[in-house]
Amino acid sequence: MSPGKEGAKFFGHGLPYTDVRDLKGTLITIEGTDGVGRSTQVRLLKEWLEVQGYGVIETGWTRSELMSDTIGTAKAGHSLNQLTLSLLYATDFADRLEKIIVPALRSGFVVLADRYVFTAFARSVVRGADPRWIRSVFGFALVPDLTLYLKIDADTLVPRILRTRGIDYWEAGMDMHLGTDLFESFRKYQWRLIREYNKMSREFGFVTFDATLTVEEIHARIRRRVQTILDERRVLALAGSLDRLRPLLFEAEEDAAAEGPTPQVTDEEESTDLAREPLAARAPFKE
Amino acid sequence: MSRGRRSLRRGRLIVVEGIDGSGKSTQIQLLKKWLEARGHQVVFTEWNSSDLVRQATKRAKKKNLLTPTTFSLLHATDFADRLTYRIIPYLRAGMTVLADRYIYTAFARDVARGVDPLWARDLYAFATKPDVAFYFRVPIDVAVNRIVGSRTKIKFYEAGMDLGLNPNAVESFRLFQGRVLEEYDRMTEEFGFRVIDGTRPIDSQQQQVRSIVARIYSSDAGALEAAS
Repeated sequence: MSPGKEGAKFFGHGLPYTDVRDLKGTLITIEGTDGVGRSTQVRLLKEWLEVQGYGVIETGWTRSELMSDTIGTAKAGHSLNQLTLSLLYATDFADRLEKIIVPALRSGFVVLADRYVFTAFARSVVRGADPRWIRSVFGFALVPDLTLYLKIDADTLVPRILRTRGIDYWEAGMDMHLGTDLFESFRKYQWRLIREYNKMSREFGFVTFDATLTVEEIHARIRRRVQTILDERRVLALAGSLDRLRPLLFEAEEDAAAEGPTPQVTDEEESTDLAREPLAARAPFKE
Repeated sequence: MSRGRRSLRRGRLIVVEGIDGSGKSTQIQLLKKWLEARGHQVVFTEWNSSDLVRQATKRAKKKNLLTPTTFSLLHATDFADRLTYRIIPYLRAGMTVLADRYIYTAFARDVARGVDPLWARDLYAFATKPDVAFYFRVPIDVAVNRIVGSRTKIKFYEAGMDLGLNPNAVESFRLFQGRVLEEYDRMTEEFGFRVIDGTRPIDSQQQQVRSIVARIYSSDAGALEAAS
């Protein structure tokens, strides 16, 4: 077996008709509730990656060719329920996955996804969906190489959104009929979403960033984290090509030597785990 | 399904399944006539007919934008909308809902297109279980002859042209519907389909259907008496 990346993994049953063993790129997703600063961070990260020479493709929630118009119209009409909303998201996501994300990864791009399946999980579950059902529906999704989670508490978030862009019907969860008071509904809905994200953070191994820090500080931390992943990928790719070259260079050598573990890989993985700890510990929020 | 306090009878959900050209639509229309004549309140619903995703489906099909997974999800979304607005409220009101195609159509077509069978079943886990599901079984050649004889043009997705099985529409239809037929046969036991031989005369198929349907209403007699 090659010590290089063995190809991408799916959350569940996957796309049986699509071979994902040869995906060379890196999938980075950024999650967090509304108004937490995701798009700013995506922009900065993209800029930095491109300066470094990486090809970057961005993809955003509900921006598929197939579904974006339908979702817009449906949301305007308020006829959606939890079920149809979840399935519209899944359709949009599948379209972007198959038409944008997988081809880009196959060509070796870094794909930055502003929101990923976790957004669907959070929004569906707070609306009463069975968490196992929604995870199974999205079983065709690729497991990201890295999920950056911008964490904030509802009491800090709410005034921030009010100051910047005001409250939107769906962001306030008005479809959930939590009350006629828009402010209260918004606060409750965002609080529930954040609780779901925090639960998923453990389930899916998010890398958490304190969203109350300055834009620059968050960006610097994200950069360090992304750099680690990209270095790791580079070492793996190098080891993979070395493994393919080795029989040509040292024909006489024993097979056992070629199959031995590459020490650099192990080191990288360890330093990765250590780097994650202090960030998670620093987050000052209650669950 | 929970029953409202004042409803005397529960609704009934009757579905017909089978490949294109199996004659199921003819049979469900005859069944509808009979049920209405007997005084039942009947509503009819078809596969892929809700407003929610109609535009997207149409456009996507025209431009051949769909993959097996998006095809499947688009139909599931459409079905969820129809279930919410066109099926469940009517069942709750004690009416009879006749569905020309139900979730088994999705299972058969989606699996024939290559999606995972378990994923497809999980996807539709929210669906109400029908009281009876008829499967109109015809050999593939009979279906092909009926379709070719009656329609001017075979539709792209009905023929599974998206799978690139054969550039000829009729041949592709035969291959794809053949796979769909296999899936229906495989599901017969899993979901307890009532199999009707679709090559028999129309009226004798209908007699068989009616006698099975009559049985699913028999439990109402007691409930009505108790209420009066």
